Amino acid sequence: MKELPQVSDNTGTEQLPGGPSGGPPGGPPQAPERPPTSSARLITTLATAGALAGLVIVLVFGWANPRIQAYRAKVLREAIQVVLDSPETVRTYYVVDGALSETPAAGADTVTAEKVHLGLDAEGQPIGYAITGQEPGFQDYILVIFGYDVDTGRVLAMKVLESKETPGLGDKIFKDTAFVAGFRQAAAPLEGVKTGRGSGSENEVDMITGATISSRTVIGIINHRIEALDPILGAADIDKTAATAATAREGPEALATREDGS
Amino acid sequence: MKATTPQQDLIRGIWKENPVLVQLLGLCPALAVTNTVANSLAMGIATFFVLVGSSLLVSTFKKVIPHEVRISAYILIIATFVTIADLVLAAVVPLIHKELGAFIALIVVNCMILGRQEAFASKRPIGRSLLDAVGTGTGFMIALLMMGTFREILGNGSILGVSLFGGGFEPWVIFILPPGGFLTLGFILLAFGWWEERKSETIRVRQWPHGVATPSREEAA
Repeated sequence: MKELPQVSDNTGTEQLPGGPSGGPPGGPPQAPERPPTSSARLITTLATAGALAGLVIVLVFGWANPRIQAYRAKVLREAIQVVLDSPETVRTYYVVDGALSETPAAGADTVTAEKVHLGLDAEGQPIGYAITGQEPGFQDYILVIFGYDVDTGRVLAMKVLESKETPGLGDKIFKDTAFVAGFRQAAAPLEGVKTGRGSGSENEVDMITGATISSRTVIGIINHRIEALDPILGAADIDKTAATAATAREGPEALATREDGS
Repeated sequence: MKATTPQQDLIRGIWKENPVLVQLLGLCPALAVTNTVANSLAMGIATFFVLVGSSLLVSTFKKVIPHEVRISAYILIIATFVTIADLVLAAVVPLIHKELGAFIALIVVNCMILGRQEAFASKRPIGRSLLDAVGTGTGFMIALLMMGTFREILGNGSILGVSLFGGGFEPWVIFILPPGGFLTLGFILLAFGWWEERKSETIRVRQWPHGVATPSREEAA
């Protein structure tokens, strides 16, 4: 703050009360005489300002939040289409007490609750589950979604939803198409190998040179999530006839109703 | 305090007292999020919005805000505008909002904004404060765009995501990484300083021989 009055001196000799230029030479800076304001007035002013600020923020939040949530849902829908190879319908299941459930646990938030998305083809046959997972990478958490076929135990495809990995190195986990394609039909548990060092096993995924930690994290996320969910998904009895499209509920119509309601 | 014309209030922040290039304020966003032109533009617009909004409110309520709590009140006003900018960016341009991340929230502590409130908006009429905020905000945006253009061309071979050089160009990746921010700012300040020095040199040469007897430009003004 000390620099500010000096720069502004081009506009005149502004002196900040109590600032470095406020006092006599040699002495400590002295604020000009000013009657003290009562504490009640100070508190009232700040409280009023705070209340008004809060009101404004709430209004803006009410406008922005449906749009932010709609964008998140759209990103997720598009990612599910990618990792499950364009399913006809998608059903969302919540993981409740080690079993799949169509409804989240009582009191759980539908946004943060653990869930998987089952993709069905045109005949209503399951293609696989889209599963998300998040773990710390090199810079920050990496959020990955991948398709998993329980019957064959293979990963269908992988997509990085969020990451802040180093541009030019770690960001190859989503920019390097060869790395992303390496997850197609790889058998779980995945095993990261250096390019060209693999033995040809179906579990192997070629890692990226220069992005070892980022690639290892992606492989680790997928393995950990499969390890945790495979027993649950394998035991789940999916009602193939009741193919209600769960995603339709989160479509643009849902946004419209939410906007009308608010 | 010395009188300034409205034009001076508006123009000053853009070049002669550019917040980044001359006052060296607000360097944190200038270094951190200028790796692409789009990010620089979004950060520039967000900061511009916060600065103009805060200056308007601070100048309007300067008589109401008690002196003892003025900084808290300024920060409260600034933080409100920053939160609005944060939410609007997240709703309208989610991709850019994701790129800028925490730096939107950190506009609150951009000393350039608080500086203009303390040094200008809290003492001047509303109109002048608006002009000053518009000028300073524009100057900040210009500086950010200079850095963003430089860094995106060298570091990614593109402008606003449009590739300039085709496949044969190997991007100079360091320029979109954090060290590239420091290098770029250094080069721009070097060029700026060199240009200013040359300008004052030219003025001195033009004044000679009369310039010897006449007072220097600062004294004359």
